[in-house]
Amino acid sequence: MSRIHDMGGLHGFGPLAVESDEPPFHHEWEARVFAINRFLLKRGAYTLDEFRDAIERMPPAEYLQASYYERWLHAIESLVAEKGVLDVRRG
Amino acid sequence: MSHGHVHETSAGTSNRVKSLIAALEAANVLTEAQLDGAVESFLTHAQPANGARLVARAWTDAAFRRRLLADGNAAAAELGIDLAHWAPVKLRVVANEPGRHNVIVCTLCSCYPLALLGPSPSWYKSDAYRSRAVRDPRGILAEFGTHLGDDVEITVWDSTAEVRYLVLPQRPAGTQAASEQQLQALVTRNGMIGTALV
Repeated sequence: MSRIHDMGGLHGFGPLAVESDEPPFHHEWEARVFAINRFLLKRGAYTLDEFRDAIERMPPAEYLQASYYERWLHAIESLVAEKGVLDVRRG
Repeated sequence: MSHGHVHETSAGTSNRVKSLIAALEAANVLTEAQLDGAVESFLTHAQPANGARLVARAWTDAAFRRRLLADGNAAAAELGIDLAHWAPVKLRVVANEPGRHNVIVCTLCSCYPLALLGPSPSWYKSDAYRSRAVRDPRGILAEFGTHLGDDVEITVWDSTAEVRYLVLPQRPAGTQAASEQQLQALVTRNGMIGTALV
């Protein structure tokens, strides 16, 4: 079964919105989310494939409503819980 | 904010991030200072100027161009650019030629040669680009003001977690006297994505 992330060829997403002189991040929290992910990947808390999978298994309605970095945040929160990232380091 | 269908972020999202960081700090996983350092390092090292160096070298050195097309990672390493710094990705460079144009996309998410092009634009990550680039590339290019003749074949390359693509644009006419540095300045990010000509 295909998931919603497999978007190639789908219709109905409208014209592109191209922003000129776009900043790398639109909110400070987006930069933080980017950095948290980079950091957790680097220390082996989870792999890039696991991260992608965590985005791709978002419920479709939630996926479509979320912005790009909201999807990332959702995936990081899921993996931090599933992998026990907070537990392992304690004590 | 005007990009994509991204709405104003609620304070809720920002607070969720703060809670996550606080929990990670409390568990001694990371510190806020480390996060700031990671962002700064990324923005310093991931620049479209890196891609432009590869392109300008390929324009001026036929042997380098052959090596770049044969093994992107090795050619980038020649210029001191480590593509696999944080993920083991393979770079495949695809060359525009008379009658043949290339465009890159990641239909599944947002894979992109960050080290060579810098932070990716929101439109590249948008559902609109991802869904339509493979079905109507000519329409997408037109939205960027790039109009190719019907005799030009367009190939769309769908990136994956393992393979990242970079478009090698055609060298502009009338640049025979330009230095490699002057050529670098002509190379644009969108030219290396394939949504623009150089």
